[in-house]
Amino acid sequence: MRRRGFLRYGLAAGCAAFTPGVARSDSRQSLSIGTTPVFLDDDVAFLRDWQVYLQQQLDRPVVFVQRRSYREVSELLLAEKLDAAWICGFPYVRYRERMRLLAVPTYEGEPLYRSYVIVPSSDQQTNSIGDLGGKIYAFSDPDSNSGWLVPNSLLFRLGKDPSTFFRKTFYTWGHRRVVDAVAAGLAQGGSVDGYDWDTLNIHHPELTRQTRVAYRSVKYGFPPFVTRSLLPATAFKLLQDVLVGMKANPAGKNLLGKLNLNGFQVAPETVFASIGENMRMLHLG
Amino acid sequence: MLSNVSYRYKIPASLTLVIVITALAVAPPLIWSTNEATKQDLVDHAFSLGKTISRALQPALLHDDLWQAYEIVTTPFDQPQQQRLGQPTIVVLDTLGAVYVASDPKRFPALQQLATLGPLSAQLADVVTRRSEGPLVLEDLDPRLTIMTVPVLSNDRTQLGTVILEYSRDIYRQRVLETIRKVAVSTAVTLLILVPLGWLWGEQIANPLLRLSAAIRQVTRVPPAAVAFKAPAGKDEIAELGATFNSMVDGLNEKEALKEEVLASERLAAIGRLTAGIAHEINNPLGGMLNAISNYKRQRGGEPAYVDRTMSLLERGLTQIRGTVGALLVEARLESHALTPHDIDDVRTLLLPNMDGKRVRLDWQNSLTEPLPVPSTEVRQILLNLLLNAVDAVDEDGRVSSAVTPSETELMVRVENDGESLNDHQLQHLFEPFVESRRKGKGLGLWMTYQLATQLRGRIEAQSQPGRTVFTVTLPIAS
Repeated sequence: MRRRGFLRYGLAAGCAAFTPGVARSDSRQSLSIGTTPVFLDDDVAFLRDWQVYLQQQLDRPVVFVQRRSYREVSELLLAEKLDAAWICGFPYVRYRERMRLLAVPTYEGEPLYRSYVIVPSSDQQTNSIGDLGGKIYAFSDPDSNSGWLVPNSLLFRLGKDPSTFFRKTFYTWGHRRVVDAVAAGLAQGGSVDGYDWDTLNIHHPELTRQTRVAYRSVKYGFPPFVTRSLLPATAFKLLQDVLVGMKANPAGKNLLGKLNLNGFQVAPETVFASIGENMRMLHLG
Repeated sequence: MLSNVSYRYKIPASLTLVIVITALAVAPPLIWSTNEATKQDLVDHAFSLGKTISRALQPALLHDDLWQAYEIVTTPFDQPQQQRLGQPTIVVLDTLGAVYVASDPKRFPALQQLATLGPLSAQLADVVTRRSEGPLVLEDLDPRLTIMTVPVLSNDRTQLGTVILEYSRDIYRQRVLETIRKVAVSTAVTLLILVPLGWLWGEQIANPLLRLSAAIRQVTRVPPAAVAFKAPAGKDEIAELGATFNSMVDGLNEKEALKEEVLASERLAAIGRLTAGIAHEINNPLGGMLNAISNYKRQRGGEPAYVDRTMSLLERGLTQIRGTVGALLVEARLESHALTPHDIDDVRTLLLPNMDGKRVRLDWQNSLTEPLPVPSTEVRQILLNLLLNAVDAVDEDGRVSSAVTPSETELMVRVENDGESLNDHQLQHLFEPFVESRRKGKGLGLWMTYQLATQLRGRIEAQSQPGRTVFTVTLPIAS
């Protein structure tokens, strides 16, 4: 499992751009959307289907641009080199002055999700990140809310210094790979996006079975879709309508089913307020 | 033990034995070379994989990227090779002998000193810290494992760590089993082909031997002439044995025939001596009695008539006795003149009035062209007797043939007829006097012929088969 997982991500990460499968022959400029690898078994096939869907709905070419980390995607967006991106709430809050909130996924009826602390299933004692002192700990991405900001806030509240609390920490650059690392025993604990772990639990229970969720955090704003600040209003509005309208379209609903999401909604900035609080607590915002 | 078993089983069994022994002899070197090849494969593979991993690990170790290092050691490099040789366990040590990362983190947890992870690991840690430069193959640390260590070097040749590859030697056992399986399959296939062939071969050897022994058993029970054995074709030992047996049976047959011939001629000779003795004993008083009657007839006078009649009766009886005895007392008179072609043709003239009006076809062949030094009277007598018998034997419109053929040393007289053939009993007693096989006559013709031929040191033979009876008299020509 571990190795297959790696191969999949390796492939996805190495794939920078997708050429339109059924691109119109017109030369209108394509819409570029940035993302980091998601949890699905076959990112390439899924993104191709989604690309086709969006092209049909938007009536213009769409290009997905994948990067290994949130930071790379954020930087491309800030440089106006991407039209839109699916990023984490943490970089959104950090750069919210320079990007526009487009839509937030609805998960289990809310635009919210949790961060999980997971441990190997053999560890039955741990039920807080504070029990993992002196261990090896896996973070997903330094710009991830659930995979970095939340656990560091937890430690801060416990009065621990994250840089010395663990014996060693490392980044896996993907939530699923945090699950891989903990399942293999490479790390004795890790922070993971709760939505990712739950969805993996549906598709790959044999992997999640090797881990145990030791702690579930409070809810935070779900990683949102954002656009560059200078994206024309018509394009912004059209893309927003298409994303929100997915749940009413059979093909769109099918794609949402693969993502394990209910849909997209236009949510107020305030759903990300608790992320901002954590940032301020850690003197990051 | 083994000699109780038929060749039908012995030959396929010995073929099987040879094949199995060959397979057993071939298997150990094959297994040995498989082992050696596996060992070399493993070392080659470990070396190339170790070098690849060590190069790939360089940036991860330099930048302390644990996840990247983990991904490298869990990547299935060179998949086909690893399917053949098995996936190695890979451990990466830092320069202080602690585990940096391993493909099996549960067995080799990161940051643990290798030396604390069991006795084998302690030995391994010791070897690695003592000899860290250059790749190293370790085969004697654990008999179940082949271990290879490769240093990870930075661009300036500073050591960043050590890669350890641990291969299970289960692959050895699998390959040996595979080799054994292949040898077993090819042995079975060979046996499948050769055992039926061996069975046929065994039968080929056993069958003629069985037939021969049945024929030999027959020899003790029936006359050799009745023994039938078809010798196998060819020139091998069995064919030779068959041919030898057949010539032995032929020899026995000849001996048997010779014995019968000797017995028959001894019997005839005894009869001849007896007959001659009796005839002489009878001839002397007979002569006296006939003389007395002759005297009486010359000097009679006035005796009663019944005396004359009695005397006449006595004289006729005694004359008949003298005729019979004379016929029995055959004596060749060797002083008769040499045989001429004319003598033979005379016999034909003599024969014709004796045909009794029977229509018989007579084939006559007289090859004599000049006088031969053989007694003519006796030869004529012999030929006439044989011809009279032949004419007597044939039916109306029958055929009789006569051939007189001289050669350098012998004269052959041959008379054939197509009348009723003679049976075995008749043939056995053919030349005895008073045989009642003839239709008429006293049965003294062949007796006389035999006596004459014997006295002339010749031979007489009779052969008879349906429709053809042949008498052959062979007489030596006096030199």
